[in-house]
Amino acid sequence: MTHKAADQHGTASTAFSVRGLTKIYGAGETEVRALRGIDLDLLEGELVVLLGPSGSGKSTFLNILGGLDTPTAGRVSFHDQDITALDSGELTRYRRDHVGFVFQFYNLIPSLTARENVALVTEIAPDPLSPLEALEIVGLADRVDHFPAQLSGGEQQRVAVARAIAKKPEVLLCDEPTGALDSKTGIGVLEAIERVNREFGTTAAVITHNAAIAAIADRVVTFADGALSSVRANERKIPAAEVSW
Amino acid sequence: MSALNRKLLRDLWHIRGQALAIAVVIACGISTVVMSFGTLASLELTRDAYYERQRFAEVFAHLKRAPASLADRIARIDGVKRIDTRIVEAANLDVAGMDEPVLGRLISLPRSGAPALNQIVLRRGRLPDGKRSNEVILSEPFADAHGLTPGGYILATINGHKRRLQIVGIALSPEYIYAIGPGVLMPDDKRFGIVWMGREALAASFDLKSAFNDVSLSLMRSADESAVINRLDDLLASSGGIGAYGRADQISHAFVANEMEQLRGLGKVVPPIFLAVAAFLLNVVVSRIIATEREQIGLLKAFGYSNLAVGGHYLKLVLLITAIGIALGFLAGAWFGREVTELYTEFFRFPVLYFRLDIWIFAAAGGVSLAASCLGAATAIRVAVTLPPAVAMQPAAPTMYHRGLVSKIGLIKGLGQPTLMILRYLGRWPFRAGLTALGIAMAVAILVASLFFFDSIDHMLDIYFHHGQRQDTTMVFTEPRGIGAMAEIRRLPGVMTAEPYREVAVKLRLGPRSERASIAGLGSDTTLRRVLDTELNAVSLPKTGLVLSTKMSEMLQARRGMRIRVEVLEGRRPIVHVPVTAIIEEYIAAPAYMHRAALNRLMGEGQLISGAYLQVDSRYAAELYRRLKNTPAVAGVSLQTAALDTFRKTMAETLNIMLFFYILFGSLIAFGVVYNSARVSLSERGRELASLRVLGFTRAEVSYILLGELGILTLAALPFGCVFGIGLARLMVWNLNTELFRVPMVVTPGTLAMSMSAVIVAAAISGLIVRRRIDRLDLVAVLKTRE
Repeated sequence: MTHKAADQHGTASTAFSVRGLTKIYGAGETEVRALRGIDLDLLEGELVVLLGPSGSGKSTFLNILGGLDTPTAGRVSFHDQDITALDSGELTRYRRDHVGFVFQFYNLIPSLTARENVALVTEIAPDPLSPLEALEIVGLADRVDHFPAQLSGGEQQRVAVARAIAKKPEVLLCDEPTGALDSKTGIGVLEAIERVNREFGTTAAVITHNAAIAAIADRVVTFADGALSSVRANERKIPAAEVSW
Repeated sequence: MSALNRKLLRDLWHIRGQALAIAVVIACGISTVVMSFGTLASLELTRDAYYERQRFAEVFAHLKRAPASLADRIARIDGVKRIDTRIVEAANLDVAGMDEPVLGRLISLPRSGAPALNQIVLRRGRLPDGKRSNEVILSEPFADAHGLTPGGYILATINGHKRRLQIVGIALSPEYIYAIGPGVLMPDDKRFGIVWMGREALAASFDLKSAFNDVSLSLMRSADESAVINRLDDLLASSGGIGAYGRADQISHAFVANEMEQLRGLGKVVPPIFLAVAAFLLNVVVSRIIATEREQIGLLKAFGYSNLAVGGHYLKLVLLITAIGIALGFLAGAWFGREVTELYTEFFRFPVLYFRLDIWIFAAAGGVSLAASCLGAATAIRVAVTLPPAVAMQPAAPTMYHRGLVSKIGLIKGLGQPTLMILRYLGRWPFRAGLTALGIAMAVAILVASLFFFDSIDHMLDIYFHHGQRQDTTMVFTEPRGIGAMAEIRRLPGVMTAEPYREVAVKLRLGPRSERASIAGLGSDTTLRRVLDTELNAVSLPKTGLVLSTKMSEMLQARRGMRIRVEVLEGRRPIVHVPVTAIIEEYIAAPAYMHRAALNRLMGEGQLISGAYLQVDSRYAAELYRRLKNTPAVAGVSLQTAALDTFRKTMAETLNIMLFFYILFGSLIAFGVVYNSARVSLSERGRELASLRVLGFTRAEVSYILLGELGILTLAALPFGCVFGIGLARLMVWNLNTELFRVPMVVTPGTLAMSMSAVIVAAAISGLIVRRRIDRLDLVAVLKTRE
């Protein structure tokens, strides 16, 4: 497992290599160009924050990296494997084995308890943590048998994080994980993501609107209108606990 | 248990109301099938067992008198297994409290032991003592109709002598499941009864010692029935035989067979339709429920669940609901089937009851339901899993709506935004709206197709009894009399109009087909008994030739102008060829008519009559019947009111038992459809409606949007439902064509109104239930998270 990416940019190997990534929704009058030829590399063990206004293409970018969507043109390689060439069954396999997701609206299954929501993923993963371990990492060991409706928003999102990390994914993709939360609970969620990134060397990409969160990243990538407007490395990366907004 | 299966169970619990409604619809479809087929199979099994146990004969013949020695020669006919000879005679019975004459059929019992064939089942009391000539057993329906029990007695005029008969037992016989007197159409247990008594006593009364006048045969399995009948006819010709016949022409058996045929006719059509409708609804509802699960499907795929796993998960949900429905349907169907079989067993007075459910019926009904739900689920699941997960997880993009016709022609101003939403929604999803409306229309249709029977039967009875047979009483002579008897009849007290008729038992033959029938000879321009055309106008019988009812012409495959071979079974038994001069529609029985004069000519007799149709002044009726009762030449009378009553009690009741269940299940299906449509709409549009509430719309306004849509669809479905219903009714009429009666196709506006009202009520109740859910919408939660 390769980690300590933050200060070893040059030596860490590439997790994702993105070239000319383009995504067009619709056609003709209703055509929307969500991505216009993105080139970007994400390194193993790196924590990247993706910034940008609504509709700038960050979610589409993340969805394609995670194998949730397919590009119109361009390619994405994950450890030298071209995931844009995978068929639907292979994409499923890819998501199952390598990728963990956290969504803005938690997307928990309302009819399952916290533990069962995590188990939903661990049951199909090759070498997972136990649901309880995963929930301990996000600090919810005492809430395992609660249903989503009995948990606060922050707790629900932490269950979602636990669910994403329980399979020990190589990649953790988070789309606005704090978007629906206040700052205190949001920080709790960020700490969980940070901890996974640090302890398991998981490559993490976090989409946010909130520029303050960029401080926890190794690198900050800014999107504008379907293209990259800047990519910068953080001089000094600060722990999530010290962030405030 | 895996998390996914746990989700399955909890989801199922969450949608339990809807799941139950779907399960009930399936259960209704299945239980109708299981009940109908189970009842039919069981009734046939029971009847056959009864027949076998009591050794019900297969060939029957009546004759004037044959020496006992002839029995040996008959027994030697090739194919005959058993033979039983009896004495069967008619007698006038006098039962306390009855003004009208009552006709009895006296049947001999052997001095000891049971007869070789047609054994009776003793229900109460004991067998007659061979030494006492006045002890008798009565048939149970007759005894019950008059409240007669062992220990009591009846008076009888036997061959001119008044006798007091001691009742020692009450019995049933497979030969007289229905006891139908001579010259009448329907069983009438008050006016016709079976009396069993010792052979010695009967032989003495009718001077038939060492002789018999009735013979029954059972046949070997390999026997050729018609060959046996022909041979028997030859042997009996010199003994005054009037034609042997097989079971198919045995009147009680024919009657029972007819009723079962009706049930089968009904059972062949209604249950499959119910099952098809249930399957269709299941398909629609399941696909819509799965469509609302689109986001969860996307999520599961995002975690790496394969299409197969996700599809399997939802398929399991559907199969579970279907399985519950199937299980409910089987249980209910088996239970109802048993109950209904019991009702029919009582109705037919079968002394035994066998109930059997056919495993193949179970399997077929269950298979159809499973296939329908899998198909419904598969379509919807395929749509959901083919979306990339990222797309599936987003709420569906706002649907493209258009300013439609309503907006363009400026009608929009009068309509509020909510109404506009309803119209645009319907316009945007015409297929989905169409399916919902189709489901509701089917619900109306099955109600129409069940309820119309009452109209049709009423219409049939009205034509038969109020247009065709307007006499109050039919009087039958023991032997044909000269037309001169009419003058006497007209002088009887209370007789206002009297019309003579001649009725002759015949066998009609055309090519290889033959039917036992009787030809009714009527006069010209009769006012009481009339032959009607399709517009209910009286038809004057042609002076020559044979007039056949459509049913008889169908059975013989005869058309106008064809020559029918008429073999007369009484008198000098002439055989002649008579052309068919007209074919008329009659709904009850399969009669054949001739002009009375032509029939007399055919018989080579003078102006003889068999009886008369009477219109009676009710004030003098009692006196008239007392007079007729004491007239030896009169065999009996039958009353139209009694015939109408028995018709309703027998024919109508058999159908009513089944119809009751069909209507019950039809209503449940109707409710299930409407309720499910409303519930699925609510879950599809919950967020939208909650948003409106947040924007300040009242509960009533929000309910209006959802329920208004349901209302429009329901109203739009009603006329289609009526049209489908009439179509189904036609299919059933077509299937309910038996020798005993045909159901005319009559659907009254009342039936349509009742079917539509039932569905409107079901819609209103569903609306109210859904309305309560709209009231409880959690505004904040719905807006905050996506479910």
